[in-house]
Amino acid sequence: MSEVKKVATRESYGNALVELGKKHEELVVLDADLAGATKTGMFKKEFPERFFDCGIAEANMTGIAAGFAACGKVPFMSSFAMFAAGRAFEQVRNSIGYPHLNVKIGATHAGISVGEDGATHQCNEDIALMRTIPGMVVINPCDAVEARAAVLAAYEYEGPVYLRFGRLAIPVINDEADYQFEIGKGIVLREGCDVTIAATGLCVNEALGAARMLSEHGIEAEVINIHTIKPLDEELVLASAAKTKRVVTVEEHSVIGGLGSAVCDLLSEKAPTHVLKIGIQDVFGESGPALELIRRYGLDAENIYKKVKAFVE
Amino acid sequence: MENLQLQKVANEIRKGIVTAVHSAKSGHPGGSLSAADIIAYLYFEEMNVDPMHPRKPDRDRFVLSKGHVAPALYATLAHRGFFPVADLSSLRHVGSYLQGHPDMKHIPGVDMSTGSLGQGFSAAVGMAASGKLDSSGYRVYALAGDGEIQEGQIWEAAMFAGHRKLDNLVLIVDNNDLQIDGKLEEVCSPYPIDKKFEAFNFHVITIDGHDFDAIRGAFREARETKGMPTAIIANTVKGKGVSFMEHQASWHGSAPNDEQFEIAMEELKKAGEALCQR
Repeated sequence: MSEVKKVATRESYGNALVELGKKHEELVVLDADLAGATKTGMFKKEFPERFFDCGIAEANMTGIAAGFAACGKVPFMSSFAMFAAGRAFEQVRNSIGYPHLNVKIGATHAGISVGEDGATHQCNEDIALMRTIPGMVVINPCDAVEARAAVLAAYEYEGPVYLRFGRLAIPVINDEADYQFEIGKGIVLREGCDVTIAATGLCVNEALGAARMLSEHGIEAEVINIHTIKPLDEELVLASAAKTKRVVTVEEHSVIGGLGSAVCDLLSEKAPTHVLKIGIQDVFGESGPALELIRRYGLDAENIYKKVKAFVE
Repeated sequence: MENLQLQKVANEIRKGIVTAVHSAKSGHPGGSLSAADIIAYLYFEEMNVDPMHPRKPDRDRFVLSKGHVAPALYATLAHRGFFPVADLSSLRHVGSYLQGHPDMKHIPGVDMSTGSLGQGFSAAVGMAASGKLDSSGYRVYALAGDGEIQEGQIWEAAMFAGHRKLDNLVLIVDNNDLQIDGKLEEVCSPYPIDKKFEAFNFHVITIDGHDFDAIRGAFREARETKGMPTAIIANTVKGKGVSFMEHQASWHGSAPNDEQFEIAMEELKKAGEALCQR
């Protein structure tokens, strides 16, 4: 068996910015002293005149991005998720969301897979925060291929978009050649009739692993990749829930306000269904190697498998 | 436009402010009245704007960072021809496009949605940086409150503007010396304001914000200043033009009742008549 290629989605983000920058003069990139980590440094190297380092001042960066957008530019602003969505939340809401300006927020280092830096830098609340802002699109790609496609789609979309990327190199599970991305359209990766597993971000691959284990025990899980949390692919979730009657959500994010909540919001109103939310269970993270943390917080294939099995039985 | 004409325009703007806030039964007359002369000067003399084409790309931009003084901006835009003066009475009414704080999506002539203090100036800085990138000749003006500069974001933006040498940017600080809780010095002093902006690599000009000669001179000096942004510290009187509102923090965010409205309008009417006699 060949070695699985692993690439961090932030790496793909950096490459996609350069790709877009070559075609579109109006694209500008802003960062807050994290260009090396967020990978916007790639764009800086290629297009220094269109790169704006705002220093360690995320609130101001958000407003500057709004100003660029108000003048017809297409700004991508980056920092860690904790600071882009957390610290600058009110700036994102009032200076970007309210006027519906065409700003793209490329937030990296989301979730506990930040690893050793620990709880202060592990943002498990960004999806919740961003999806409460009217008109904000929230995308959480599952691998490098999807990340590139999401960045290109975000550029084409007119309006604010929050893009969530990770620090950790993760398996590339999509095939670049035939991968199709559409904002707001989930992707069925595996069909099944016993349980639906709706996953997002790096948990998609773990969910696929769990599904294989479940299959060995006679449980056929339908695995759906929800790369766009807002707007949620309601049709797809409702159809799958109607088929399997049981839904599990998996995310590297708090179970409060993220994908699990979005799915529950939908199902409780339109098709009451029993839901199990797998994610960060209302706790802060901690320091440690990313893969160990993913296991410790129950987001790896083995843990997902156990929880889904117990849920189904 | 001559000073006398500007004074007449500013007086009409003050009537618009009082009318709008009275009609809304809420709003911020004190800071609106203190900023009225400066905003009048910007829209009637300084800025390249066209009410028929409010979004023309080469226009000068104005960002009202102290967004709560929207009545001053709306009254100015209305008198400049961006929308009917009669609409000022719909301020803050349900269904009106004249929102309590500036809304760029729905109000002709509003270049940025503001209201949350500290944020507008950053957007203005972004607009100025965008203009520089395009080598466009437009200029960007932002008006902040003196209390507003207590927000840390103002200084983040100032640092960036100074660092990037944005000489197409002018920040005016409406220094009326009062904020909601009282005198600036008693709440949390931002003084010395001029030295702070100098330290952030701004060219600083301090003026009487109700003297059109001084206002004219300051904006001319700002245009001639190269290699750094300009901060104009405008010493103003909160509530300027309405005797019982002047120097009163209590008029920061409350509307006149019917009786007070009549008195205020009578004062402004007399002030207008006096200007016509000159």
